[in-house]
Amino acid sequence: MTQVETSIARRDVRPFSVDVPEEDLVELRRRVRAARWPEKETVADPSQGVQLATMQELVRYWGSDYDLRRFEARLNALPQFMTEIDGLDIHFIHVRSPHERALPLIITHGWPGSVIEMLNVIGPLTDPTAHGGDPGDAFDVVVPSMPGYGFSAKPTGTGWDPVHIAGAWIRLMRRLGYTRFVAQGGDWGAQITDVMGAQAPPELLGIHSNMPGTVPPEVSKALASNVLGAGDPPPSGLSADEQRAYERLSFLYTKGIGYALEMGLRPQTLYGLADSPVALAAWMLDHDARSYDDIAAAFDGQPVGSLTRDEVLDNITLTWVTNTGVSSGRLYWENTLGFFDVKGVTVPAAVSVFPNELYQAPRSWTEQAYPNLIYFNEVDKGNHFAAWQEPELFTTEVRAAFRSLR
Amino acid sequence: MSSTVETTSEIRPFQVEVPDEALEDLRRRIAATNWPEKETIADQSQGVPLAMIQQLARYWATDYDWRRCEANLNALPQFITEIDGLDIHFIHARSQHEDALPLIINHGWPGSIIEQLKLIDPLTNPTAHGASAADAFHVVIPSMPGYGFSAKPTSTGWGPERMARAWAELMPRLGYTRYVAQGGDWGAFVVDQIGLQAPAGLLAIHTNMPATVPADLDKASLAGDPPPSGLAAEERRAYQQLLRTYGQVEYARYMAARPQTLYGIADSPVGLAAWLLDHNDADGQPAAAVAAALDRTTSATGELTRDEILDNITLYWLTNTGVSASRLYWEYKGGFFNAKGVAIPVATTVFPGEQYQAPRSWAERAYPNLIYYHQADRGGHFAAWEQPQLFTEELRAAFRSLR
Repeated sequence: MTQVETSIARRDVRPFSVDVPEEDLVELRRRVRAARWPEKETVADPSQGVQLATMQELVRYWGSDYDLRRFEARLNALPQFMTEIDGLDIHFIHVRSPHERALPLIITHGWPGSVIEMLNVIGPLTDPTAHGGDPGDAFDVVVPSMPGYGFSAKPTGTGWDPVHIAGAWIRLMRRLGYTRFVAQGGDWGAQITDVMGAQAPPELLGIHSNMPGTVPPEVSKALASNVLGAGDPPPSGLSADEQRAYERLSFLYTKGIGYALEMGLRPQTLYGLADSPVALAAWMLDHDARSYDDIAAAFDGQPVGSLTRDEVLDNITLTWVTNTGVSSGRLYWENTLGFFDVKGVTVPAAVSVFPNELYQAPRSWTEQAYPNLIYFNEVDKGNHFAAWQEPELFTTEVRAAFRSLR
Repeated sequence: MSSTVETTSEIRPFQVEVPDEALEDLRRRIAATNWPEKETIADQSQGVPLAMIQQLARYWATDYDWRRCEANLNALPQFITEIDGLDIHFIHARSQHEDALPLIINHGWPGSIIEQLKLIDPLTNPTAHGASAADAFHVVIPSMPGYGFSAKPTSTGWGPERMARAWAELMPRLGYTRYVAQGGDWGAFVVDQIGLQAPAGLLAIHTNMPATVPADLDKASLAGDPPPSGLAAEERRAYQQLLRTYGQVEYARYMAARPQTLYGIADSPVGLAAWLLDHNDADGQPAAAVAAALDRTTSATGELTRDEILDNITLYWLTNTGVSASRLYWEYKGGFFNAKGVAIPVATTVFPGEQYQAPRSWAERAYPNLIYYHQADRGGHFAAWEQPQLFTEELRAAFRSLR
């Protein structure tokens, strides 16, 4: 990878393009093909983790027909930049709309994602008229790589938590000359976007989240006490929607987010993520039960929405090539916020609830969590990776969410 | 292999013979390790530090000699026998003293039979180690299913309960009609289960990780509540140690949920080594006793050395048992340190570096037939491995009243 500095580059924002050395790809392919496997799981379902047959199909494709330069070509087709914020080089995609009065939007990806998650929404958001939309819905789009992710630099000291990142994004948007903008995110991006909404700089008109933090404190406390399976009973008086959300979250905390808790405690111990492409791929596939089902289906030739095996491997290959398995995991160690807790957002907030998200935020909790709720919609398809899997629907949601703020 | 019971058709002698290519592939993989960046802090709070694992990897890929370990294992009588459909590997060292007490010792995670090797001679041959012939044991050390040279289960169900039943079949098969059982870590779970099952011939158990926590305190500690009032000083300390342990065992909870996802411990030697090293003890994570061993090249008193740490890790690598061993966490659905209701005679030694130091008050309630309770002054979670002399003395004392 070289970062290209040109004479037209401004002092602090440098153009960037991806250029992976050939030997890195040769070495990746060698490692993929030399994978040493464990035995097959002892069950007929994914209840012990990523299934051997799925991993072996992934590796077969990764080591043969998959184009290892696909992610590079996709990224280099877009204007990418690097700028230093608080001592750290931040990589970002910045696509200006052809429409004059476009609304500036910063979109933050999550784990185990990267800017790859957002590539299919950039065109429709910046150029709506080319995608059956209205010029009044145009956005200027900024998609940064979080510190320790992708082509952003890796922190060498502590402190790059979601709060720090949120502050950095506000400075990034100002540096790009935007005096009014909106922010969007899912997964870690949702937390960072919520924190931006709580920091509420004057330029931030509103936020949109596809993984809103809405869980009331007493519900959050009951969930935390049950992590080891022995705690408080569920709070009483929950509505049907709230009860369903509680049950989904309870499953998550007891069975479903071990990866997050392990990275929260011992990210450095995950040496396999740096040394073994197969380890990295499996770790990244195993985010949550529903997205795993969809990704397993993609390797079975039945992708759900746009989440194809090529998309999945673009993201994993990017993470391998940048050796960011451990540095990205460290964000969990840095974080001190409750994943789904209310973050104190005061700016106008919009929420889309996707049916296969980790939990379905009830409207009641969402109204409490975001006192200035300008948009709430439950859509009929999409998993945790909403932008990645359902880019059209996601684009429609983002347009509708921010329409009242223009 | 002179005993008649061992020459029956169902018990086959076993020797370890690792092909050269497997060792070459291991060295090649270690040398080719792709490393992450250094941790962003100056201590061990993000996991196994880069410098620690790199130093270990350098030695592992160069001067470390697996063949020495292999020769040590092959100098012991090893066997394979099928129990409940699975080939079980075990060491079986008989004492020259005919009245020796038969003893089955069960290792734990992230361990193997390597943990127990230094006990074998002192236990079977006490007169060569300054003890009395009356203290002799016949020693059986099985590899748990999915561990070491035992077979890997291909279906579900091999939890501690089933292992306990298997050991109760193994011991009579070896001709032992009265015997005792010992364990720490998973071995402690298995000996508690065998104690509950109380098969004919089992005289008593000794555990170095006793499960003694009263039900109300177990529930409160798992929920993360502060210590309740009314605890004695020792109980309060134990409660706080439990809270500390529950904050360190994310690896265990991960393996309980998603063992199959750990492809890196099958494909990457360094991935495996770090995962195995990151088990805690009372004094650190990685365990302080293990971290200290990485800097100890020899020990005249049998303390844990770097070679022994690598013997264990290399055994996992060569048998490709990282994932199959992890699956035991997935199989187990019971409690951790809660009293299980063992009614047969129980002996326990409390080591200061263990997950928690079981107070005598809890031990007496958990094990109503407590025949021995002693707080040792050194040793930790890997007590047999760390302090083999002391551990041997504990077992002699623990079972003396049953002879």
